[in-house]
Amino acid sequence: MALYNDTVMEHFMNPHNVGEIENPDGKGIYGSPVCGDMMMVTINVDDNDVITDAKFKTYGCGSAIASSSMATDMIKGMTIDEALEVSNKKIVEELGGLPAIKIHCSVLAEHAIKNAIYDYAEKNGKSYKGLEGYVPETDPDAHEHGCQVEE
Amino acid sequence: MRNVYLDYSATTPVKEEVVKEMIPFLTEKFGNPSSLYGPGLEAKEGLTKARQQVADLINAEEREIFFTSCGTEADNWVIEGVADAFSKKGNHIITTKIEHHAILHTCQYLEKHGAEVTYLDVDEEGFVSPADLEAAIKDTTVLVSIMMINNEVGTIQPIKELAAIAKAHGVLFHTDTVQALGNVPIDVKDLGVDFISMSAHKIYGPKGIGALYKRSGINIPSFVHGGAQERRKRAGTENSAGIVGFGKAAELANEHLYEHAAHSDGLRRKLWEKISAEIPDISLNGPKDFTKRHPGNLNISFDYVEGESILLLLDANGISVSTGSACSSESLDTSHVLNALNVPPEKANGAVRFTVGDFTTEEDIDYVVEKLKEVVAKLRELSPVSGMEGWK
Repeated sequence: MALYNDTVMEHFMNPHNVGEIENPDGKGIYGSPVCGDMMMVTINVDDNDVITDAKFKTYGCGSAIASSSMATDMIKGMTIDEALEVSNKKIVEELGGLPAIKIHCSVLAEHAIKNAIYDYAEKNGKSYKGLEGYVPETDPDAHEHGCQVEE
Repeated sequence: MRNVYLDYSATTPVKEEVVKEMIPFLTEKFGNPSSLYGPGLEAKEGLTKARQQVADLINAEEREIFFTSCGTEADNWVIEGVADAFSKKGNHIITTKIEHHAILHTCQYLEKHGAEVTYLDVDEEGFVSPADLEAAIKDTTVLVSIMMINNEVGTIQPIKELAAIAKAHGVLFHTDTVQALGNVPIDVKDLGVDFISMSAHKIYGPKGIGALYKRSGINIPSFVHGGAQERRKRAGTENSAGIVGFGKAAELANEHLYEHAAHSDGLRRKLWEKISAEIPDISLNGPKDFTKRHPGNLNISFDYVEGESILLLLDANGISVSTGSACSSESLDTSHVLNALNVPPEKANGAVRFTVGDFTTEEDIDYVVEKLKEVVAKLRELSPVSGMEGWK
């Protein structure tokens, strides 16, 4: 008996892409320890807008770590436009599902990745359809006490 | 893989002596204790003996023990029963912010039905101030309910002193002793309490059986209505095997109280000494003075990591602990107890409770510390917040 399915447990126990890229092309942070989870993503992007590498560091529960591992796996090799389409729902699907109360943990990865892409776009003067009107938030506590819970 | 259970405050394994005592009440002594023939009378005899065994553990009289389905039922019964029976006197109940949900949610339910409830603050180690209790008592106060030992941080309240304050003001006093029973001496006469709640499965007895001690002479209505069981106070065919098991567990707890507490305390101290020597950036939640703390309890916050992750990785190593973190599987709220102790949320999120018990060994402690060290180091490697500015 386990709290999570085998895919989630595998990504939690042996997470992929752990670490921080030195001098990354883009870096994004989302969440805070006060909230219970926080993720930092660093990415490298080539001239064709393809994400060549992605690494993460996450503070959080099993599903936050597993989502981080899965999401960074998913975006490696994707174009920026494709990566911006990676929603928390898709991450949960790839993980084979999360307990209902843990769905919000996958939002962490979606936001952190978006923030890393935003950072890359800002630094390189680029604009993407998926970022139109996007204002990065690093700390959901800033406007609301406690965790931001999205179902 | 080694299996180490360090969650004795959640529940305990049933001791073999207890199981042995229970089996005949599931087989040949299966009768309904209300029946007036052989098998019924045999079952009835078992109940009487068990009632005496439980009474002996807390220095009460046999007629003052009422078996319930669990500690939670005893808590619900006493809170609702006193509120009902004394409604002419008033509608005010005093409790604390760190009670078990069995008390807190019952109080919240009564608030919806016109009760006024004061939730006393506690200090940073979880202690209730006797002066705060005295100041909170009003003419309309009918009940004070303060748990003897907190389930998360192990704080032992000065129940005798608190009960004396209630008594001086003519207010009834209840204490939930689910975590205290079998771990510290309980003498209802010496403590001067009117009601206590108890549970069997925390003292190596079976689940599904608890009891309320109700001092003779105080009348509260039944909580479960029906037949004449439990001196007409708690209807429903008695869980005779469960009751007999509770009785045996109480007898063993009474015989081995000091030895059990010393064993737990020794291993708990060893666990704390080793963890604090080998793992940096941790803090102890609850009383620093271990003599004022549940003998088997430790509650430790591990900086930069989240409690559920620690729990899962320890579980993968065969080690069972619990967490007060927001990200536990059932709830997204940080522990109300750690909040009340002013533990900052980032530390509460990294809190783990360890409780040792009778079957814990020295080798278990060594194994747990070895694995814990690896697990915390692994998670800190993964964490973006290690050494982060503003963490502390």
